[in-house]
Amino acid sequence: MDFSQIIPSLPSLWDGMKLTLQLLLLAVAGGIALGTVLALARMSNSALLSGFAKAYVNYFRSIPLLLVITWFYLAVPMILNWITGEFVAVGAFTSCLVAFVMFEAAYYCEIVRAGIQSISKGQINAAYAVGMTYSQAMRLIILPQAFRKMTPLLLQQTIILFQDTSLVYAVGLIDFLNAARARGDIMGQSHEFLIFAGAVYFVISFGASSLVKRLQKRLAV
Amino acid sequence: MSMIEIKNVSKWYGDFQVLTDCTTDVKKGEVVVVCGPSGSGKSTLIKTVNALEPFQKGDIIVDGISVGDPKTDLPKLRARIGMVFQNFELFPHLSITENLTIAQQRVLGRSKDEAMQKGMHYLDRVGLKAQANKFPGQLSGGQQQRVAIARALAMDPIAMLFDEPTSALDPEMVNEVLDVMVELAHEGMTMMCVTHEMGFARKVANRVIFMDRGAIVEDCEKEEFFGNIDARSERARQFLSKILAH
Repeated sequence: MDFSQIIPSLPSLWDGMKLTLQLLLLAVAGGIALGTVLALARMSNSALLSGFAKAYVNYFRSIPLLLVITWFYLAVPMILNWITGEFVAVGAFTSCLVAFVMFEAAYYCEIVRAGIQSISKGQINAAYAVGMTYSQAMRLIILPQAFRKMTPLLLQQTIILFQDTSLVYAVGLIDFLNAARARGDIMGQSHEFLIFAGAVYFVISFGASSLVKRLQKRLAV
Repeated sequence: MSMIEIKNVSKWYGDFQVLTDCTTDVKKGEVVVVCGPSGSGKSTLIKTVNALEPFQKGDIIVDGISVGDPKTDLPKLRARIGMVFQNFELFPHLSITENLTIAQQRVLGRSKDEAMQKGMHYLDRVGLKAQANKFPGQLSGGQQQRVAIARALAMDPIAMLFDEPTSALDPEMVNEVLDVMVELAHEGMTMMCVTHEMGFARKVANRVIFMDRGAIVEDCEKEEFFGNIDARSERARQFLSKILAH
């Protein structure tokens, strides 16, 4: 084992990590936003809306993420081409981001739904009783309380997503894992670079997970 | 003049009828106490007044506006009716001050200063000015319920609905809440109160309604209700003997 080339390679590994984190943050923000909309649709009185949301969630939870990533890589440019009538170049990053947002939204939806349902019905009644509309009651009263309760679960899901971002190697994006692989190949130290990458994923994920557990204990009181 | 007019209201949960042909009214400045055994539909009835519970038959007119009419702007109507709940339902993620001002600002469109001034005025009236910066979880049940009353009053309601406001309280805290309610009644507030506090009913109620199995069984002047027990229905006598026994 020879780890000598890792330190000189840190700048290019960091470039990969930057892409990983960028993708992660955007996907989490988009996924939670879309997941919240889906959760509200799923709980709405409209059979059409809740049926659609339910079908969406069940569909995306039943197919592999890798499939969604590759499929969107091929489909997004095609769909845009079909809508606009001209060829639009969509980078791998954008198509991956769309895939992650749509896929993760299905998981975030279920977390948000459970969070909203954990708030007592009396709270929404109280919000209505002071004259709030449905949208005000949700934005000002129910969602802030629900998000506080579900923070640990949302973070846990985000840690899973952090690991899953490595799947973008399938469409040739240079994320942290792909950077480590490529660099290792060039330096002739493939094993060492993969071991290092594994250690980095472990430290970040396990560290974040431990923090979440501590946070969970504090929020539980 | 009737402030709240309940006309032949019936309500079903599926096949089960929870309200049967309920008719009564609350005049401006009147205090009406609604009592009855648990499961008699009294909480459901009071929640139909501000449409927190929908009903399938009949209508309710609040200050000339139909609650049952699908065209009625319910949030606007509810903003004019204060409501106090059994479990207080203060917003736990907001400070006491924010609890008092949020609806004034977001619903009535008052400025922050105006909402603050009004909120503090009522918080002072329920004797809790010193707690303004705390959160609901830091107050006792009785204090939370007084804040809830202040929150409702800050909206300048035309009437107040109380849904068992003291039944979730420890006994030693019941009076601090009742005192605020008595004071309100003396000031001429129109009030409809679901409560088992017969002492409160005797002191300030104009009328007492007794409900059983979803129907209004008794609806009479306070003096008649408590003074002429023999004229009461069998169910009402049983109920009264149980809660007045001690």
